[in-house]
Amino acid sequence: MAKVAYVKNYPGFLTLTLVCLTVLYAPLIIVTIYSFNSSPSIIIWEGLSLRWYKDVFFGIESAKFKAAAWNSLSIAVMASVTSTTIATAAAIGMVRGKAFRGRNASFVLISMPIMVPEIVTAVATLIFFSAIGFVLGYTSILVAHIVFCVPFAYLPIAARLRGIEPVYEDAASDLYASRFQLFRYVLFPMLLPGILAGLLLAFIVSLDDFIITNFVKGAGVETLPTAIFGAVKQGIKPNIMALSTILLFVSICFVTLSYLLGRTGSQAKHK
Amino acid sequence: MKKILCTLAVATFATASFAQEKLSIYHWFEYIPQELLDKFSEETGIEVTMDTYDSNETLLSTLKGGKLGSYDVAVPGDYMVEILIHEGMLDEIMPGELANKANIQPEWADVSFDPGRKYSIPYQWGTTNFMVNRDVYDRDINTTAMIFDPPEEVRGKINVLDSRGELLGLASIHLGIPQCSSDREQLRALDDLVQGAKPHWASFNSAGAKEVLVSGEAVVGMIWNGFGAKARQEGANVEYAYPREGMIVWMDNVVLLKEAPNRESALKFMDFLLEPENIAAVSSYAWYSGGVIGHEDLVNPEVLAAPEAFPPDDAPAGSFVEVCDEETDRIYDQIWTRLKQ
Amino acid sequence: MNRFRRSHGPGVGAFDPLKYWLILPAWLVIGFFLLAPVCLMFVFSFLTKEFRGGVIWEFSLAAYDQFLFDRGLFGDEPPRIQWTYITVFVRSITQAAMATLLCLLIGFPTAFYIATRPPQLRAAWLFLVTVPYWVNLLIRTVSMKFLLRDTGPLNEFLLAFGVIGEPLSIINTSLAVQLGLFYSYLPFMVLPIYATVERYDFTLSEAATDLYADKWTVLRRIMLPVVGPGIVAGSILVFVPSLGAFLAPNLLGGAKNFMIGSLIDEQFNGNAGNWPFGSATSMILLSLVLMALFVYARQVARQERN
Repeated sequence: MAKVAYVKNYPGFLTLTLVCLTVLYAPLIIVTIYSFNSSPSIIIWEGLSLRWYKDVFFGIESAKFKAAAWNSLSIAVMASVTSTTIATAAAIGMVRGKAFRGRNASFVLISMPIMVPEIVTAVATLIFFSAIGFVLGYTSILVAHIVFCVPFAYLPIAARLRGIEPVYEDAASDLYASRFQLFRYVLFPMLLPGILAGLLLAFIVSLDDFIITNFVKGAGVETLPTAIFGAVKQGIKPNIMALSTILLFVSICFVTLSYLLGRTGSQAKHK
Repeated sequence: MKKILCTLAVATFATASFAQEKLSIYHWFEYIPQELLDKFSEETGIEVTMDTYDSNETLLSTLKGGKLGSYDVAVPGDYMVEILIHEGMLDEIMPGELANKANIQPEWADVSFDPGRKYSIPYQWGTTNFMVNRDVYDRDINTTAMIFDPPEEVRGKINVLDSRGELLGLASIHLGIPQCSSDREQLRALDDLVQGAKPHWASFNSAGAKEVLVSGEAVVGMIWNGFGAKARQEGANVEYAYPREGMIVWMDNVVLLKEAPNRESALKFMDFLLEPENIAAVSSYAWYSGGVIGHEDLVNPEVLAAPEAFPPDDAPAGSFVEVCDEETDRIYDQIWTRLKQ
Repeated sequence: MNRFRRSHGPGVGAFDPLKYWLILPAWLVIGFFLLAPVCLMFVFSFLTKEFRGGVIWEFSLAAYDQFLFDRGLFGDEPPRIQWTYITVFVRSITQAAMATLLCLLIGFPTAFYIATRPPQLRAAWLFLVTVPYWVNLLIRTVSMKFLLRDTGPLNEFLLAFGVIGEPLSIINTSLAVQLGLFYSYLPFMVLPIYATVERYDFTLSEAATDLYADKWTVLRRIMLPVVGPGIVAGSILVFVPSLGAFLAPNLLGGAKNFMIGSLIDEQFNGNAGNWPFGSATSMILLSLVLMALFVYARQVARQERN
């Protein structure tokens, strides 16, 4: 047993792990701290205050931030729900269907948005929209987001589906369940964790996107990332740090919640 | 839950049907105070949205890239007005459509880039030079060599504007050559000059031109006079230079874009900006000068007295950025492309 | 009697007859809004740039010519190899490779350390490492910029403790870009390596130490071949997005660290307004990425055969 510990422990690996965590967290912690700075300058520390948080919600630019937040959220909700629906159907077809010619090509097509570099997707989508005369605006962002969210939703759903033995469906169809009943009462409940994981991933990916949105957004339509980028181009301002901190904590709460849910879920399964 | 959703839906439809009048502005960044836009909305009931750009060239390429038809008004600089007219991207303002057109100061009522002011109204004007951090460099700064042949102390700490017209214009002034030269030797000298100076430049940054000076990231920074005044106001020990070789002057103008979705709102907005009190609010915010009769009395006196707005008596006259013909322009385009990458 | 299963084997059931209909929406959405656009972009890369932006529908090789050949300032000299854009590509590849290396150097020990913890602690460690990934990429990059500035907290901290005499200039250097890329994609390196190390049978290492191999030899000769695929997968996952990255070079790199992403962006959102050239550059980037993925896929296939 001591030998196992011996080959499992290498000197310096713990240190590097701690370095890794420091690099990962230091910038976020520093920005969080400075977002409470009362000084209008980001260089000088003048003391704790909630001034810039108030500025985000009630300041002169608050209307812009609120509109951007609303766009970001509504697009992320619609894009993740739509793409998860598309991805669930596709996963059932791909995993539960018999092998067919072009199945590999089909898989490549579905994962294309992950393989193509984001900036290339952005360029191609912009050119396409302008060539077919699709007016850039809210809808163009939504369409682009649905497209690149599909594979992110597809992968966890397909993985989950592969782990579910088809015997349940076979048993249910032996009992003359219709396809709809099969999906609704047999497959869907078992697939649900995968679907939720896919939905969450798609939601976060949509909320996170900057490059593609920046290319296909229309006049007067901003999402939070494009609004923040526009502001940051002129230098990092304290209200942007406050806004970033809010978003940072929203993301962290989200992930922690899903982690805790996932853990209780898997513990329940183990019992 | 259903009840809430219904209320929400009704509210959405209600706002959609009441806010019929809109205005979509494409504007320089950090140039117009939000309060003024709010005031316009309050007075007219028009809902305003605004996107921003940070160079005249970006404005052109965005409009060319399919955004013409989504904006009502834009604020191009002098030479860009000329280009946009030439490209057929501006809509003519018919006589009588602007009630306040008579408010334009006589010296701006007829300009070379828009003869007879058929497409534009004056917005703000100023100069483009550079600022130097006096904590770091205390010798003579009034020469374009600070950018193009910089002294040892400031090398690697220079920010230039990411704007073809103004940067190559200032470089031509440094060399004492015309801005639209077709002389091969002069063009090659220009190319050599900027290529030779580029290693000393830290960044091409227009949007952050003020920030890099305030934070000390840049010791020398090319900048517009008003934006520079704001850098000084924010506490940086910077001085605006008036190079003896010459300087760039410019005037930004509000134009009515072709295929504007809300032409009526656009005209109302232009009339709004021709009122002395409103354009004075822009000047007080952006630290530039307006072109409307009687606005000076309403501008913050500090802005009027800013050293950035007053060239010394011995400063040479400024020159506008010139528009070259297609063949010449291609070569300047080439110089710029080679410089940027 | 099964209602749907006719003559096929188990596992092919009710949904098989519907499979095309089920996959169809995905095909349509991605085919129409991504595959078709990429094809159109390919066409655009052969169009003529209009003076002052916009395109003319006329065949032209000008975009690729501009990429490859330098015909002098006036366009009348004999063509020489154009190094400007090749330099941008080489720089991007170098930066992406350096970021990958950095991720590997830090990510491998981290993944190894986590995978060798007791099972109940692993999830918590992994969670700690992946949480920052879920924070918006733009916010992370901005935070990095804030931290690294000449007058930023890192320099102030080091100055205050006398570690350095004068502020380090990190921002606007290639190091800053590498740090930014490292920060953006580190979890992509940790997760696949973790997965392979977790599956690794440590009795192999034990056996080797019994034969008097020292620990580092065991790591190199016994373990590395087994966890190699995880390292390759992680490297691909970091390298590919780094290559086309936009935010890190743009916010952290300054003028001298122009990468492919900024070069392309400049053609559409910046001063240049050259759509055919932007399309051509995108095509070249896409080909590079597809080549990397193809090499990877072949390696995976070979490994699976063995």
